[in-house]
Amino acid sequence: MILDVEKQASFRKHVEKRFCKKEKSQCLARAHNPHRKDYIRLVDVFPLHIPQLSVDSLNSGVMIETKNLTKEFNGLVAVDHVCFHVKRGEVFGLLGPNGAGKTTAIRMLSTLTRPTEGTATVGGYDIVKDDNEVRKLVGLVSEKIIMYDRLTAKENLWFFGRLYDVPEDVLSKRIDELLGLVHLSDWKDSQVGTFSSGMRQRMNVIRALLNMPEVLLLDEPTLGLDPQSSVEVREFVKKVNRENKTTIILTTHMMIEADMLCDRIGIIDYGRIVALDTSKNLKKLVSGADATILELEISNLSPDMISLMQTLKCVSSVCHDNSRHIKVHASGDEAFDTIIDAVRAEKGKINSVKNLEPTLEDVFLHITGREVRDKADQKMPLREHRHFMPRRRVR
Amino acid sequence: MSVKSMISHSLMVAWKDLMELFRNRMMLIMLVLMPLLMMTMAGFMFPSSTSISQVSVALVNQDEGSESATLIAAFETMNSSTGMMTITSASSLDEVRSMIQAGEVEGGIIIASNFTSSLITGKQGVITIVTDQSNPQMSMLLQIALKEVLEQMGTWLAQQNVQGLNQTVNPSNSLAIVKPYSIQTEGAVLGDFSYFDFIAPGLMAMTVMMSVMTGLPAAISHEREVGTLDGMMVAPINRLAIILGKTLAQTARGMLQGTLILALAVALFGVTIHGSILLIFALLLLGVFSFVGLGVVITSFAKDQETAMMVMMALMFPMMLLSGVFFPIEQMPWFMQYISKFLPLTYAATALRKVMVFGVGVPMITTELAVLIGFGVVMTTIAVPVFKRAMTR
Repeated sequence: MILDVEKQASFRKHVEKRFCKKEKSQCLARAHNPHRKDYIRLVDVFPLHIPQLSVDSLNSGVMIETKNLTKEFNGLVAVDHVCFHVKRGEVFGLLGPNGAGKTTAIRMLSTLTRPTEGTATVGGYDIVKDDNEVRKLVGLVSEKIIMYDRLTAKENLWFFGRLYDVPEDVLSKRIDELLGLVHLSDWKDSQVGTFSSGMRQRMNVIRALLNMPEVLLLDEPTLGLDPQSSVEVREFVKKVNRENKTTIILTTHMMIEADMLCDRIGIIDYGRIVALDTSKNLKKLVSGADATILELEISNLSPDMISLMQTLKCVSSVCHDNSRHIKVHASGDEAFDTIIDAVRAEKGKINSVKNLEPTLEDVFLHITGREVRDKADQKMPLREHRHFMPRRRVR
Repeated sequence: MSVKSMISHSLMVAWKDLMELFRNRMMLIMLVLMPLLMMTMAGFMFPSSTSISQVSVALVNQDEGSESATLIAAFETMNSSTGMMTITSASSLDEVRSMIQAGEVEGGIIIASNFTSSLITGKQGVITIVTDQSNPQMSMLLQIALKEVLEQMGTWLAQQNVQGLNQTVNPSNSLAIVKPYSIQTEGAVLGDFSYFDFIAPGLMAMTVMMSVMTGLPAAISHEREVGTLDGMMVAPINRLAIILGKTLAQTARGMLQGTLILALAVALFGVTIHGSILLIFALLLLGVFSFVGLGVVITSFAKDQETAMMVMMALMFPMMLLSGVFFPIEQMPWFMQYISKFLPLTYAATALRKVMVFGVGVPMITTELAVLIGFGVVMTTIAVPVFKRAMTR
């Protein structure tokens, strides 16, 4: 699978010719030319640190591929025969409620956990057989903060950087750059224990970038952050993907986040991928050609009104979260008028009407028959009970 | 993966661990305080015969004759010079008993009512020593001390009597007639030998080896819980580099404590080192090596810090008590002696004691060395695959 010796040697020569004349700092810039046949990206100036993607991966452009990836914990199937592939430079989202198996999937891809069944490849390398090659390519932003509280920001990054054998001069420059990118340069000599959670999470993200990974795995990167910090982290992830062409897999239970960041989204529920497509196409699943989603604010909303609406032919579902707002999914050209007429007939006072774009939340509801939030406190069923669960498979 | 990169990675891990340790002020204080406490406590906790002072003893004199009065006078003169006992008078055996039960006195001396008359008629005068069995250590010491004092006085009296019988005998000969044997004790080592000399080598061996055995599982399970272990696990480094680095850090910590104990023992407690310091440190390192495997095995099985601590406690206490650090192995019952033969700490402590107290070289401790190396090799061979499996679940 690895590039044969001749190819490696010729590539090394090519790199040396091209870069050794230049200043080292310039060499840090990566060679981007995806159209070339021998396109391999540089991680460092030094040929030793060229990430060696397998030939298969180079040719197909597939960075990550899972085949029936399964993880079972004492009869509990956390990840259930998951198949997907991620192209180089793509941002792929795994969206699902807590306990859906997202973290386990990420842990398997980062070689922290071994699958009980099936395989996966990262950069063409098997996550079990060639785990060490996979580790060289991957950067992990775990749900927990991987930082030592008693070490300073710089010391933490230095420690992890040295574990990846990044040469000292390159590393010290890179640490400064990364800290600058997330606006933490002023804090580089402070102990991480004194940081706020937003700062810690930014540290957590740049830690994963120390080895200039080809693949960045992010497990709930904005969990527990305030909106401002969340936006900052998301922007940074986007930037990394855009500028370094880093392949990213991101797990989240936040629909907005998946919608914002991901090129393609896999909706994962009870360890299975139940839908996988671009955000746009997923939304189409819900709306179809003529679907309407209305959000109505009715000041004198009554249960009678809701039940009346549910009886209407064009209405497929009605959700209401408080006394005034209802969300109506309907289809057909006449839907809008019919619903308004029905409310009027019941003497409902309509304060506002919003014609909504379907969100991923609606997609989740549509596919699994449940809303995302009511899942968190449900226990995951054992495998035997699986087929009793309402489920529609969409591919 | 080359050995060189593995070593550099493990040095990195060790550096990180030590940085964390030295930034933790509380830990540093404990690091220094622990050996000091252990040494002082262990050294003073066990009483020696010289340590008896101001023990309250009840004295019952049921005799009204002159002989008992002489005895008591002599006894009091002697006691006032040594300050060994405080004497309270009582009236009967029953009163002494109740006083012991009430905790007012530790023991008693009873002079029988026919003491003077017996002595005058050429019989033995009876003196009874009452002890408190509920405090065996004290009771034994008191018994020995009182017996010695009374016997000395008896000898003196006998000496007088012999001289009275035959004026031609000079005093030193009369002593030889009464007490033909003069017993003297001589230690194998010259100079004063205290309990500290006995305990310091064992304590050093224990501290260093325990710090590896307990520190390693604690450190790794802590990192596993906090999540930072994942950071090292996703790095393309040999899994053994993690354990090696952590071992290095723990060894450094243990050696620091060991050195501290040695320094304290010499400076504060007057312990003299007869052997080579270099050999002492080599032995400590060998002890660490023999314990690493065990520590790694515990690490592999204990998934969280709490479990790791429990397992370690369960192993630590028997090891502490059975390996002859505090108590000589020879005084234990046979099955305990048997168990202690399987504990590497026993051999480390014995070897260290031989070197520190007797000043022997390597040839005299080959058995201990062989056992320590053997134990280390066996445990490490078991530990490496177990750890590798545990880390990739």
